[in-house]
Amino acid sequence: MVQINGESKDAANKNLYQYLVDEGFDISRVVVELNLEIIPAEDLKNITIKDNDSIEVLRFVGGG
Amino acid sequence: MEDKLVIGGKEFKSRFILGSGKYNMNLIKAAVEQGGAEIITLALRRANTQESESILDFIPKGVTLLPNTSGARNAEEAIRIARLSRAMGCGDFVKIEIMRDAKYLFPDNYETIKATETLAKEGFVVLPYMNPDLNVARDLQNAGAAAVMPLAAPIGSNKGLATKAMIQVLIDEIDLPIIVDAGIGKPSQACEAMEMGAAAIMANTAIATAGDVPSMAESFKLAIEAGRKAYLTGMGRVLARGASASDPLTGFLH
Repeated sequence: MVQINGESKDAANKNLYQYLVDEGFDISRVVVELNLEIIPAEDLKNITIKDNDSIEVLRFVGGG
Repeated sequence: MEDKLVIGGKEFKSRFILGSGKYNMNLIKAAVEQGGAEIITLALRRANTQESESILDFIPKGVTLLPNTSGARNAEEAIRIARLSRAMGCGDFVKIEIMRDAKYLFPDNYETIKATETLAKEGFVVLPYMNPDLNVARDLQNAGAAAVMPLAAPIGSNKGLATKAMIQVLIDEIDLPIIVDAGIGKPSQACEAMEMGAAAIMANTAIATAGDVPSMAESFKLAIEAGRKAYLTGMGRVLARGASASDPLTGFLH
């Protein structure tokens, strides 16, 4: 299983970019961190999700 | 010569910074249009797949984004958030906000210095939120901070310049813009801080919870401008004792 924003997902062996698009994330408005490493937007398509990966998908919200 | 606020080499005409914690489109519109804000803070959070809108849609082009590191409990977490924020492609500015205290939301000065040092070396324009203390402010300056953001009172409290004396020391001794952040609840308090020589005011709750948001945004703008002008002008003197007639004595009645 893969951890995505703290939830277990069956996403191993999928293309990272395609998985996030299929899940409904607005790719133009997020930053993606894979196992604590920031993934530049242009590299998302080149990454295959592996079992036990930990992925954070983050966006800007209001905040002081 | 035009009076400008310069942070990290970037010039601003406005000395009002909007914190966007209690945000909606009206608040941002009012802060920019009536308040004249040129800097707006943001926070980074987990995305979900149900979102139809982004705060970025509401912020006009030309406004400088100031991502903060809220949620961070130590330097390491703040550095991680700052790097992720920069990867969003919205510039190099970052407000460091590190808290371990959930009741008063006071910043952790020690961890803030550590994060400032690392991020300034990485080319960030670092604006640390801090509990006003001269030694800490000096350490932040030496660590490469572009400005220092002392709190006036606890976040969201609208209690005004509770730390006034310490903020005055920072203004007098630190050769960086001193931006008063948190606790400013009324335009008069913003004006007072500007009269003292603060470089800018950051506010959110005072405007977001006002009866009329656009009108309060404009009130803050006017108060900040009045305080700045008074500071640049130089205050009238205060007598140690007694009175001094401001009218000519005519000699008419006595």
